[in-house]
Amino acid sequence: MDFFGDFPEMGRQDLRELKKGIDLAFREFSRANGDSIEAFFEPLMFFMVGLEKLLIATPWPVMIMIFAALAWLGARSIWVVLGTVVSFLLIGWLGMWEDTMATVAIISVATIVCIGVGIPLGIFMSRSDRLQTAITPILDIMQTIPSFVYLIPIIMLLGIGKVPGLLAVCIYALPPIVRLTNLGIRLVDKEVLEAADAFGASARQKLFDVQIPLALPNIFAGVNQTIMMALAMVVIASMIGVKGLGVPVLRAISNQYLALGLMNGLAIVALAIIFDRVSQAYGQRLQKHRQGGHGV
Amino acid sequence: MSNIKVSIKNLYKIFGNNGKAMVQHVENGCSKTELLAKHKHVLGLSNVNIDIPARKIQVIMGLSGSGKSTLIRHLNRLIEPTSGEVLVDGENVLGMSDDELREFRRSKMSMVFQKFALLPHRTVMDNVCYGLKIKKLPLAEQQERAQRWIDRVGLTGFEANYPAQLSGGMQQRVGLARALATDAEILLMDEAFSALDPLIRNDMQDILLDLQEELHKTIIFITHDLDEALRIGDNIVILRDGAVIQKGSPQEIVLDPADDYVRDFIKDINRARVLDVCAVMEEGSATSDLQFAHDTILEEALPLMSDAGLTDATVMRDGAAIGMVTLADMIGGIARPKGHGQTETTYR
Repeated sequence: MDFFGDFPEMGRQDLRELKKGIDLAFREFSRANGDSIEAFFEPLMFFMVGLEKLLIATPWPVMIMIFAALAWLGARSIWVVLGTVVSFLLIGWLGMWEDTMATVAIISVATIVCIGVGIPLGIFMSRSDRLQTAITPILDIMQTIPSFVYLIPIIMLLGIGKVPGLLAVCIYALPPIVRLTNLGIRLVDKEVLEAADAFGASARQKLFDVQIPLALPNIFAGVNQTIMMALAMVVIASMIGVKGLGVPVLRAISNQYLALGLMNGLAIVALAIIFDRVSQAYGQRLQKHRQGGHGV
Repeated sequence: MSNIKVSIKNLYKIFGNNGKAMVQHVENGCSKTELLAKHKHVLGLSNVNIDIPARKIQVIMGLSGSGKSTLIRHLNRLIEPTSGEVLVDGENVLGMSDDELREFRRSKMSMVFQKFALLPHRTVMDNVCYGLKIKKLPLAEQQERAQRWIDRVGLTGFEANYPAQLSGGMQQRVGLARALATDAEILLMDEAFSALDPLIRNDMQDILLDLQEELHKTIIFITHDLDEALRIGDNIVILRDGAVIQKGSPQEIVLDPADDYVRDFIKDINRARVLDVCAVMEEGSATSDLQFAHDTILEEALPLMSDAGLTDATVMRDGAAIGMVTLADMIGGIARPKGHGQTETTYR
């Protein structure tokens, strides 16, 4: 009866040994390799620090003009541009300019890293079913595991600072772009691929002339999702030393400053909406050729 | 024979995990249904042997599932055969390395697809350039050659349009121009006009016949439409369940169908458009002065004779009389043969 009443756990002693063993092993690993891993990420760190300094040092009217120009290039809509300008003016007026620039810097770097890693990974994944079966569960883990859990090994390995923060953001934000690149390439019309084969296209010519261009709308949806996920990680990243809008939010939580939390939270929302509208409108313009009709 | 351009020899295609082992069963007379029921393999092609002459239009015809699209994809090896040979100019396509195969596809054989298969993100000009771009020709030459073919298929002025902005017929003209632009000697057309509505299909057939008069390419044309086959084919092969049922000129097929399947196919066609006066000619000399060239089709000969109020005429070849036809002969030729095409069997 005892067997059904209490779960047959492994011994307490054994369990403690197991946990201790894992902890020790990882500590050993990070002691041995921490420096070299840190050195590996150093260029990224310089880039991130440089970008942040540049964004903050540039006079605010110039920055707002740059944002407005980017919004116009992406969305081609006067309303999106107007919304962008008003949002940034409000953010500055409410004293959040520097934090916002720091956040824009880390989001930009995180997005670039995710695109750089995610698109090639998605392409490889689309070419082999075996690779897809291997990578999909890893992506599932990256998206569902609570961020605090992977913050622990990252901190043990790299300490507190910008690079571990960036890493945490990327772990969370990478999966959508990998998934959607893979999906987009797999969804490319088989007939068009067959035509490319029939005309003697090499694998490389097929990839760059047919598969990537036709997958672009999906790939772009992935970029958009990646940006959104990165923004969602801003507060958690600030727990391990990333500057930006997350820091005041954290302070507001621990001190129950309602207004401070609300303002900075809304600033994050504003950034999210701007990035989303601009990148979505751009993605839609990429598909212009799909419009039918004989309006010649 | 030197004028055989493409030669298909003992070609088998069996879909399934262990196709090679199944060839033996098929050789021993196992049918498509038996093979599927007993061995869980699908018979795609069964011992196909076709010699395709150079500079002619070879039609391969059959209903859906007869293996015609599978067959055409063996010619440029988009599908690997289970066993057999495909010789193009005496060279075995199946023995080519990947590089050789790519080169072969780039220069020797081009293809037009049923659903056009154009690049939706490229303009008409870029689509027509596609085969030349793959061959890495200089851009100026690409565009010059593409422009020539765009003009030739009647799409001048649409160079900057995207495929989605064109009608089906126009899209297939782009497909045709794209295939012709590579100057390949062999043109594969996989149900190229089947997706178009009848009037446009007629237009496209005219364009193709026009072009062929000038270019004399070896065209291998797949269709399920017998009227189309009879209209454009110099030779026709009829496939059923992956096997060749009959080979011959349109006239031979209409006059002498190999079995009920073919008979069923031809029962509704316009025989006057296929048969020529030779087919119904008899010996002797005519009482009238009316003369027909030996390849005059009945559709043209009949009104000439009735307009002249005559009942017979002399058939001429190279300036010499080779026989005569009577009105009754011609009308008899057009009439559907008795007992033919009356079967209850349906194949659809």
